[in-house]
Amino acid sequence: MVKHTLTVLVENKAGVAARVTGLFTRRGFNIDSINAAITDKPDISRLTIVITSEKEGGERQLEQITKQLNKLIDVIKISDITAYDSIERELVLIKVDATPEQRTEILQIVEIFRARIVDLAAGSMIIEVTGAEDKIAAILTMLADFGIKEVARTGKVAMIRGAKTL
Amino acid sequence: MTGSEAILKGLEVEGVEVVFGYPGGAVLPLYDAIYDSNLRHVLVRHEQGAAHAADGYARVTGRVGVCIATSGPGATNLVTGIANAYMDSIPVVAITGQVPTTAIGNDAFQEINITGITLPITKHSYLIKQAEEIPHVIREAFYIASTGRKGPVLIDLPKDVQVEAFDLDERDFTRPVKLRGYKPTVKGHALQIKKAATLIEGAKKPVIYAGGGVIASGASKELIELAELIGAPVTTTLMGIGAFPINHLLSLGMVGMHGTKYANYAICDADLILAVGVRFDDRVATDPSQFAKDAKVIHIDIDPAEIGKVIIPDVPIVGDAKNILRALIDRLIDSRFDYSEWFNVVRGWKEAYPLRYNPEDGLKPQYIIEKINELAPDAIITTEVGQNQMWAAQYFKYSEPRTFITSGGLGTMGYGLPAAIGAKVGAPDRTVIDISGDGSFMMKCQEIATAVEGNIPIKVMILNNQYLGMVRQWQELFYDRRYSFTDIHSRTDFVKLAEAFGAVGMRVTKLKEVVPALKRAFEIDEVVVIDFRIEREENVYPMVQAGAPLDEIIEPKTVPENVFPTCEKEALEVE
Ligand SMILES: Cc1ncc(C[n+]2csc(CCOP(=O)(O)OP(=O)(O)O)c2C)c(N)n1
Ligand SMILES: [Mg+2]
Repeated sequence: MVKHTLTVLVENKAGVAARVTGLFTRRGFNIDSINAAITDKPDISRLTIVITSEKEGGERQLEQITKQLNKLIDVIKISDITAYDSIERELVLIKVDATPEQRTEILQIVEIFRARIVDLAAGSMIIEVTGAEDKIAAILTMLADFGIKEVARTGKVAMIRGAKTL
Repeated sequence: MTGSEAILKGLEVEGVEVVFGYPGGAVLPLYDAIYDSNLRHVLVRHEQGAAHAADGYARVTGRVGVCIATSGPGATNLVTGIANAYMDSIPVVAITGQVPTTAIGNDAFQEINITGITLPITKHSYLIKQAEEIPHVIREAFYIASTGRKGPVLIDLPKDVQVEAFDLDERDFTRPVKLRGYKPTVKGHALQIKKAATLIEGAKKPVIYAGGGVIASGASKELIELAELIGAPVTTTLMGIGAFPINHLLSLGMVGMHGTKYANYAICDADLILAVGVRFDDRVATDPSQFAKDAKVIHIDIDPAEIGKVIIPDVPIVGDAKNILRALIDRLIDSRFDYSEWFNVVRGWKEAYPLRYNPEDGLKPQYIIEKINELAPDAIITTEVGQNQMWAAQYFKYSEPRTFITSGGLGTMGYGLPAAIGAKVGAPDRTVIDISGDGSFMMKCQEIATAVEGNIPIKVMILNNQYLGMVRQWQELFYDRRYSFTDIHSRTDFVKLAEAFGAVGMRVTKLKEVVPALKRAFEIDEVVVIDFRIEREENVYPMVQAGAPLDEIIEPKTVPENVFPTCEKEALEVE
């Protein structure tokens, strides 16, 4: 099982995301996460796609998909940045059960993970946390004991370190 | 100018002379504009026929074929035809009507998300929202369809856009296309070409394996030149038939599942494969692990995604075949080649294992094709799918590209008849013959009406074995002769059916009737359908089983006597 992070620059047009994701489903890949948003240029969007290749020959399949993606007219550029030294971040909102007695304990966890409490109600709170995959996984495990009511994740975004750009 | 007028203006600027289509509610404004225009419109009898006709037209002329259908069922009827063009990389522009922009998404009457449905079978597609987009969309659609690896492009055109008036800047139709995400590689990488040349110089047993890409690129001349320069034998795929003249000394005919024994042996024994415009499809690389296993492979293709998809080549060269072959010739022109030893081996196979059939016992399809070849050697042949297709591939002697028109990738029964219509429209001076099967004919026989009413005198030769023959052949060989629903022996009378449409129908049951019937068919300037009652259980040989290596070849057995149950035999004799 190998996780891959692909960043894709596409024309900011209707239906482009469907074209891109369709290529993965057709070849039996499941998308772990996908993030799509406009860039500094209003006519270009950036997708960050995380997929796991588990099947035998998955790497070759992925190479095939990358080539097929490149062929889409609306895809401007695609890179598999898995092998690069890159910054990877995801933002997650977590709503947890929190009785007044549990608040301090949760607060400690929040501080350790440099997360933030962004909403507080009688029996619950919402925590906002940003980080790489392992950090997100760790805080989710820690908070699980209190009872997680809801999780919303942006999906990973990523950027290669240094001066090099896509 | 209205949206509809802009569409027609765009087609005119792109040099479109003919469209194949079928009207309906959502294209009423477009058809209203066509009514006043000089554009030739061929009215098909089913939209699938329009897509196939546009595809056949494109294959014969090398230009973009255009088809038009209404929204909803009209659009969905195009789907098989679009998929067919996609699988064989044929440049087609399909224009579909759509419900008004204001109704899209409301499940309006005859609304279908056709851009969604065709997403995986189009090279690109557009849903036009405003008439002012039309000039650049038309321009891009034709550009995308006809460059790089060619393919179908769909334009979905809502009804309100068709009537929308806007100020047209005519220059928009001729501005250069700027697509930052689309830049096909045309020129081969010089270093790769050098490496390929070195491999060729070092080879002892080279084989050129040429496919549809050679035809798409218009590289036949270069292919012949290179083959002659280095003296390497050439085999083609089904899609590559015609790219290299079959009568050429270096020709090995077709490779693959029903390829010649000598082509398959040559591939297996080669030490170098020069693969040009091919994709190592499973009908050729039946067992990829065994395919040319002792050979180095040079793979030339315009589509980078084909490189390494099935076979990992030693030297990949991405680019246009014509350019790259020319560059290879230039590099190799002063080298000396002597493959005479290899050539003699290959020639030995060619002499020892010719394509063969037994012409004695009954009316044989191979004999019919040979006679067609004798009487109409310059014909354009389209085919249906099944045994008929393979016999047409094996026994007609193709000497030029764009003369063998067949559904390769999708294997669409019903393709050949509408494709013949498109072919004849594209090449009105050529004899155009659809080699058909009794099963396939029934898939699109309504298009006989299109041919008759449109004065498009195609000739349909039904190799009627009263079976879904190719499926029956597999049942015979691999399913213990359990002919589950492949016996289509029926009372349907193709002669009467042809006559019902206003075509000339003939029936041939005996060997000696073949030539007179064909002569008459080619003499008269009318749509002709001949129902050839061929030996029912004739098989296509040689054959390599799916998944088996290319040198495990199943050979012809003589058809045992009395294979027909008596009642069927009587039925045949009554004719
Ligand atoms: C649209 C479609 N449906 C089913 C098939 C599967 N199929 C492949 S060959 C064949 C038999 C074709 O019969 P016929 O046209 O009589 O040709 P023959 O093999 O007898 O020459 C069938 C059913 C197909 N290729 N296309
Ligand atoms: Mg048949």
